Amino acid sequence: MLEIKNLTKQFDGRTIINDLSMTVADDEILAIVGPSGAGKTTLLRCITGLEKPDSGRFYWNGQEFTPSDKKKSQSIIGAVFQDYQLFPNLTVLRNITLAPQLVKKMESAEVTEEALKLLKRLGLENKDQLYPYQLSGGQKQRVAIVRALAMNPKILCYDEPTSALDPALRQEVGQVITDLKQTGMTQIVVTHDMDFAENVADKIMRVEALS
Amino acid sequence: MDYIISILPALLAGTKMTLSIFFTTIIIAIPLGAVIGLGLIGKIKPLKWFLDFYVWLMRGTPLLLQLIFIFYGLPLIGIVFPRYDAALIAFVLNYAAYFGEIFRGGFQSVPRGQFEAAKMLELNYWQTIRYIVIPQVFKIVLPSVGNEVINLIKDSSLVYVIGLGDLLRAGNIATARDVTLVPLILVGIIYLLLTAVCTLALRMIEKRANVWR
Repeated sequence: MLEIKNLTKQFDGRTIINDLSMTVADDEILAIVGPSGAGKTTLLRCITGLEKPDSGRFYWNGQEFTPSDKKKSQSIIGAVFQDYQLFPNLTVLRNITLAPQLVKKMESAEVTEEALKLLKRLGLENKDQLYPYQLSGGQKQRVAIVRALAMNPKILCYDEPTSALDPALRQEVGQVITDLKQTGMTQIVVTHDMDFAENVADKIMRVEALS
Repeated sequence: MDYIISILPALLAGTKMTLSIFFTTIIIAIPLGAVIGLGLIGKIKPLKWFLDFYVWLMRGTPLLLQLIFIFYGLPLIGIVFPRYDAALIAFVLNYAAYFGEIFRGGFQSVPRGQFEAAKMLELNYWQTIRYIVIPQVFKIVLPSVGNEVINLIKDSSLVYVIGLGDLLRAGNIATARDVTLVPLILVGIIYLLLTAVCTLALRMIEKRANVWR
């Protein structure tokens, strides 16, 4: 279970998130919805550690951790970016295996086997030697998901996963997310797509802009 | 034809000097330029100011002036360099400034999201630079660096002014002595060959960098 207590974040004196506390249960899919400018992306960036909150504490199963301290956060949180941010200079396989090998010091053979298994599970068989520019948007997104999964995170966060996808692909990524739930993954999805949130999420959290 | 063969050894000796300055400058100035580029976008303010000033100085004054300053000027205040060293110092300092600016642009054109993606995967700063940033910057800067490399072959003829026996000087001496255009034409042909080889080499490197986009 992820617990966030008394999270506050300001930008230039403007309060974006004010004393927010929330919990996300194990295996839960939480959708964070709200109008643009309400701070949902900021909230997600605080959870993923890309922004340092002004105050607030994070707990994973009762154990406190600091998302922005990547040296100590022990891969609790993984992220799938809105524009995927695959590394264009690396093949699909290398995109996935780079971090487990460098950071977790895992053996190449072991990481590769794991990566190929994950690729297959997400319908990306035989794409491992391609470069990102050779993939469609939906495929890039699934590679980004596999890349995050390869670090074995406890929680996977998505920023606007449907914004660049057509309706058919939207269903597909919804399927991927619900499938991952079956494997015990806790997931947080930021979206302004209400239909998508209602179809996929176990719980919906609405954020409103603070005036 | 006999005349050409008779002056060829002198011209080739000059070519050797030209190539020696060219390669030494490239080997030192490109990595130095990459480090300067990192410093220019870095967070250490005093270093950034110093590098800004250095780049402004080197790009804002003629290379010829820099050569003359180092070889003829500095001895007046007691700093004496041999000819070849003086030439190398001037070329490396000058070209590293240009490469530094090119690399600064290259580093800045790597999207912030790439750094964030690397951070989420818990890569450290140097791993990110080494595996993600450098390969992308390399590809971005390749055409501009290529331009400077070709310029350097021709700029190396400036060492003539401090009395180093490079290709241009060898041709000029032969022309003055034998009152004929032939040596200068040969010099032109040799420069063309050198730049052509360089262009081809650069194109091959660019092609290899084009496996990804």
